[in-house]
Amino acid sequence: MDGVGVQSWVILSAILFVLGLFCVLTRRNALGILMGIELVLNAASLNVVALAHYASLGRDGQLFAIFVIMLAAAEAAIGLAIVLGIYQSFETIDVDATDRLRG
Amino acid sequence: MSPTTVVFYLLAAFTVASAFGVAVSTHIVYSAFALMGTLLGVAALYVFLGADFLGAIQLLVYVGGILVLSLFAIMLTHRIADVHVSNRAVGRVPAAVVALLVFVGLVRVASRAAWVVWDRQALVPTTAAIGHAFLGRWLLPFEVASLVLLVALIGAVVLSRKEVRP
Repeated sequence: MDGVGVQSWVILSAILFVLGLFCVLTRRNALGILMGIELVLNAASLNVVALAHYASLGRDGQLFAIFVIMLAAAEAAIGLAIVLGIYQSFETIDVDATDRLRG
Repeated sequence: MSPTTVVFYLLAAFTVASAFGVAVSTHIVYSAFALMGTLLGVAALYVFLGADFLGAIQLLVYVGGILVLSLFAIMLTHRIADVHVSNRAVGRVPAAVVALLVFVGLVRVASRAAWVVWDRQALVPTTAAIGHAFLGRWLLPFEVASLVLLVALIGAVVLSRKEVRP
């Protein structure tokens, strides 16, 4: 059909994954870390959908990606609620400054 | 190069450039808007792979839901005045080394693996097939997913409400 091989997709999602990993490792803002996690999740689902497309696995790859998106929505809701709770008790969301367990 | 290949590389370049913006931007709001570019690019790539329903879901849930929620959280946790301290990043050199090592490993695996490619499916609408799959073979994960979303909803409400001590 076209000249785009399966390797191009795998390397594209590897680049997205590595950028998300870099974001998670360097950010000290809790919201920035959550954005890095979203990048990693997108890279994983893109990989699954591309491989299912090239391996004729029917719709199963897309169903996996839909479940990943659903879990990412749940994770974002809970994660942002936790970040807001941290902000209420610490007045900051810098993860280096929030090192007390007792509120 | 065929036009399809050109479109793929344009979409891939847009997605990677936006993801780079998310990873290195110095302002958290710029990061959020760069994340929107990445999510739009990934949605377009899903459509490129023949997953039209998945692309629409990506737009609705990620761009319309998660990203807006993130922007709300940014606005609620930052004073508008302190823009310059909002997205501190530390340890960039070790993190870049780790990321580079992981990337080299992934690319070596991708280039050495013997990929077996079947004949790909024709590009047909997928929505009806996905609906039948959800109410057939994938019914149990589908119902568990609704339970997970309910629990996440209640948990988010409990976590983010103001605590009132009697």
